[in-house]
Amino acid sequence: MANVPVHEWSLLEAARKVREKEISSRELTGALLLRIESLEPKVHAYITVLPEAATAQAAACDEELARGNVRGPLHGVPIGLKDIFCTRGARTTCGSRILHNFDPPYDACVTEKVLAAGAVLLGKQNMDEFAMGSSTETSAFGPTRNPWDLSRIPGGSSGGTAAAVAAALCFAGVGTDTGGSIRQPASLCGVVGVKPTYGRVSRYGMIAFASSLDQAGPIARTVADAAALLGWIAGYDRRDSTCVDTPVPDYLAAVERPARGLRVGLPKEYFEGGGLSPEVRAAVENALKALIDQGAVVVEVSLPHTSYALSTYYLIAPAEASSNLARYDGVRYGFREEGAPGLIEMMSRTRAKGFGDEVKRRIMIGTYALSAGYYEAFYGKAQKVRTLIRDDFAKAFEAADVLLTPTAPTPAFRLGEKTGDPLTMYLSDIYTIPCNLAGIPGISVPCGFSTEGLPIGAQLLSKPFREETLFTAAGAIERALPFPRVAPLEG
Amino acid sequence: MAITREEVLHVARLARLSLPEAEAERLRDELSAILDYVKQLDRLDTHDVVPTSHAIEMGTPFRDDVVEPFGDKEALLANAPDRLNDFFRVPRIIED
Repeated sequence: MANVPVHEWSLLEAARKVREKEISSRELTGALLLRIESLEPKVHAYITVLPEAATAQAAACDEELARGNVRGPLHGVPIGLKDIFCTRGARTTCGSRILHNFDPPYDACVTEKVLAAGAVLLGKQNMDEFAMGSSTETSAFGPTRNPWDLSRIPGGSSGGTAAAVAAALCFAGVGTDTGGSIRQPASLCGVVGVKPTYGRVSRYGMIAFASSLDQAGPIARTVADAAALLGWIAGYDRRDSTCVDTPVPDYLAAVERPARGLRVGLPKEYFEGGGLSPEVRAAVENALKALIDQGAVVVEVSLPHTSYALSTYYLIAPAEASSNLARYDGVRYGFREEGAPGLIEMMSRTRAKGFGDEVKRRIMIGTYALSAGYYEAFYGKAQKVRTLIRDDFAKAFEAADVLLTPTAPTPAFRLGEKTGDPLTMYLSDIYTIPCNLAGIPGISVPCGFSTEGLPIGAQLLSKPFREETLFTAAGAIERALPFPRVAPLEG
Repeated sequence: MAITREEVLHVARLARLSLPEAEAERLRDELSAILDYVKQLDRLDTHDVVPTSHAIEMGTPFRDDVVEPFGDKEALLANAPDRLNDFFRVPRIIED
């Protein structure tokens, strides 16, 4: 292992080596900035790279360490953040033209926590506009490419973060997941992604898409890295009224725990139907075999309302988005279209020009579903079906500790392949959406490759606040199916 | 479930989105297709189902009603597309 290049180290290895002064933060940060310089033109994982700020942060970390001061467990280790987390002093765009010049007056809670842990911030990572998309193709700053095949998308909406982690353009990152936006790109890029329980991580300073579904979570190259990072960003924050005040367990300890006796449920609805690629099915079956080999027990469970989840989501999420995005009006921050004769016209022109097609489409659906005469038939109905979907999971978790499913129906698709038809794109999230509606935690862990060499991920789901169970099961899969950590990109 | 061009324009006005003619036509087709798809929910009888507005059961959190000044007014105003001293400036509010 002596010859493993610096950028391929795990987050935890890098943190240990900085702390033990095997490498300085400046060297580590410099190595990644060089890699970003050479590979960003191909991958485009970042909207904003922060070379000067990162170098200054690294220098400060080195000086403090020389004086014996360790900021936290990530002291001097460079990471990235999805460009949805407010960062004071670094513009935060949410992938949108309407926020192209927004300079946040405060840090998000996640930003505060990673900085307090000692992390060096390399930059802000690309994403679908306002996290609405499954491919990063709706970003106003151009799409990110999948490091395993540059003609393909990395998934989305946290596609920049997943691609940056897979291409070793950072040691780990934090994304957000409203309907699969952490897990689906993690699956497509061959990395680990965690959507925590709703309320586990503070949403303060995280730009809102659908407030009853949005959660922040880690994307990393190993299960242990993801577990540790979740532990550092989780916890109560009174500035988010939906953040739950419950202790943060030692997630890292859960990774090594034996999987023996774990009851693994296979929801049959996730394996029926024509949309699931045979290669994905085979890879997920390998993950199941790995769990069985380590003493897990298989139970079949049913989530009968699964086929209604996509419809439920595509009413609830746009409805909440149409309300959340009302604030972008060209008055207090962001883009303004000049030349309008009056206020209302200024706002309407600003929003028409500042938002991209997918965002406008969802604002329109949401506004329609909430408008007079339609509220009960659409939004009200969807909230009731959401209860049925939650009840399905509650019942399944009486028989199972953890559910195993595919993360995405297919490996990464090509750029432009699904942009013509919104509904086809929405189907990319068919296995990830129910988890958000139910508020439960989920993880995607690599479990194989397609014949074309594209990564495939398995999704694990557990009861609210049982992320530890996810890490135990994902750790078992990772040990049995070791996975190349970094995509083989030419330097 | 086909929606009309007039409905599209009405919703666009509610959402404060100015729509060119061609975009209104395209959105009418796309929204109709999406609304057709989500109408599948009508197959479920939800008469006795309690709606979910919060995925994780928790009470309403209360706190004391204490004013906390943000402090950095300049950082807030610096983002304004157009400002006059400590005000956000906008085009005229009463339109002709």
